Amino acid sequence: MSDEVQIDQEVFDRLVAEGKSERIARAKAKAASVRKARAAEGVALGPRPAEQAATALEEFRSSQGGGGGVATKTAAPADAGGAAGGRLTPDQRAARVAASLGNGGGESASMGVPAASDHTHRLLALVPPAGIQQVQSKQMDKVYTWPHLLLVEFVALLAVGSLLLVMSFFLDAPLGSLANPNEVPAINKAPWYFMGLQELLRYFHPMVAGVTLPGVALVLLMAAPYVDKNPSARPENRKVANLAFTFFLTFWGILVIIGSFLRGAGYEWVWPWVQGLGFTL
Amino acid sequence: MANKDLKTTVQDNVIWRSIFRPGSIYRKGYRDTSRDRALASMNNVLYHLHPVKVKRHGLKLTYTYCLGGLSFFLFILLTVTGIFLMFFYTPAAGAGTELAYLNMRELSASVTFGQLVRNLHRWGAHAMVFTVFLHMARVFYHGAYKPPREFNWVVGVILLLLTLLLSFTGYLLPWDQLALWAVTVGTNMMGYTPVFGDQVQFVLLGGLEIGPSTLLRWYVLHVLFIPFVTVIFLAVHFWRIRKDGGISGPL
Ligand code: HEM
Repeated sequence: MSDEVQIDQEVFDRLVAEGKSERIARAKAKAASVRKARAAEGVALGPRPAEQAATALEEFRSSQGGGGGVATKTAAPADAGGAAGGRLTPDQRAARVAASLGNGGGESASMGVPAASDHTHRLLALVPPAGIQQVQSKQMDKVYTWPHLLLVEFVALLAVGSLLLVMSFFLDAPLGSLANPNEVPAINKAPWYFMGLQELLRYFHPMVAGVTLPGVALVLLMAAPYVDKNPSARPENRKVANLAFTFFLTFWGILVIIGSFLRGAGYEWVWPWVQGLGFTL
Repeated sequence: MANKDLKTTVQDNVIWRSIFRPGSIYRKGYRDTSRDRALASMNNVLYHLHPVKVKRHGLKLTYTYCLGGLSFFLFILLTVTGIFLMFFYTPAAGAGTELAYLNMRELSASVTFGQLVRNLHRWGAHAMVFTVFLHMARVFYHGAYKPPREFNWVVGVILLLLTLLLSFTGYLLPWDQLALWAVTVGTNMMGYTPVFGDQVQFVLLGGLEIGPSTLLRWYVLHVLFIPFVTVIFLAVHFWRIRKDGGISGPL
């Protein structure tokens, strides 16, 4: 391959002579030749002082026209004088946290940043200036998963679990007589979630009710995010979408209710308080 | 305090420390600090599902109503109760040897907790169909399918379909009149698929009409194939929620 990186033969020979394995020597020799090529292009290599981050960011902004947060020189703590080994004293840290919160102090460790603050947090990956990536997302009002979310989930799980247990204790699942292909029962219904389809079967040819309509509904459902181009998620901005979906759900719900409760023997219309409930879960 | 000593004895040893990673709330020295709260998520298998922090509004009951989470909980519950039922069930329905039906009768008559577990499985299945429907509705009304979450909505529709199929294939297994005829109604419709109607019906039923081979076929679909596919789509669904930036909103 033409663009395979060449080996710097000189370095390779020297490393082999020093007793390095050939694999290591080859890797280092390749790196050396890359470094040489870069140096020839005038690209600076190696670690850079922190001020350069700010300069690079400025450069990026002016060339890309991007907005962005305020470049702070957090990379090189100039104020670290007092603390040993560049670490912050507790006071310095507290001051920095308070500053990043945009106010004097949050209520507790898990309270996060007030949603109203326009503080942004910035993930900055520093690579050669031409390739600076600036990823920004708005700081949101967040809480720790443990304990806040996990607690809510646990309670929800217990509530639904115990509800089901109580229900199962008092209500037995139905079991009719042995299946008999020669004896059509008087009341013959699909499970409730398919009753909408069975009800449609009353009005349309089976191919329309059983295949075409559910197929179209399914495709429309899957296509919804691609059809609905409205970027807003606020209810007041998407009245049409919400109305259409509500209509769809109501229509479907009514079909299921009719099919489940208002149809009896021979799938004829019944009033459950007169002829009894022809419905089994 | 003897209590304290017991706690230390239990927690402060090689085995306990090997099980609970640093930051675990069960490990010795867990303190309720930001650092340890973060570690509790980060060093936990749940990190596959939950990030360290979540948006505060997502905690409000009225945002998700926990519906997605509850659908998943019901799926787990159905798996556990379903495995229990499998110990006592034979998918056989040859004329005169309808073991499937007889097993269901025996389950309630002579298996400890048999009827209770069957009830849990049955009501849980209906509940799951219901919560999945409601989950879909809440996602729609929140516009939570908008970019970048479009594809996760599509994955969701597939999950809805899989949930319905799981429930429907299970419906046949007791092999009573209810099961046989409900499934007859359902599969008759599929026979009207354009062009391939007869073939579709033949493949689904394993024959020209519902019989022992249908039962075996639906049993395998119900206990193995559809759950397997569902788990894969669930994994994608959950993974996408996190990659799409967590829960949507606030509105
Ligand atoms: C087996 C069925 C399903 C399970 C277990 C499941 C689980 C979940 C969970 C746990 C969440 C997190 C938020 C929440 O609880 O609301 C979620 C979010 C989501 N689900 Fe589902 N889901 C299922 C089916 C569906 C269906 C049928 C749809 C839509 C057609 C859907 C679309 C979505 C979308 C778009 C999100 C992101 C919502 C947001 O960011 O606010 N899911 N799902």
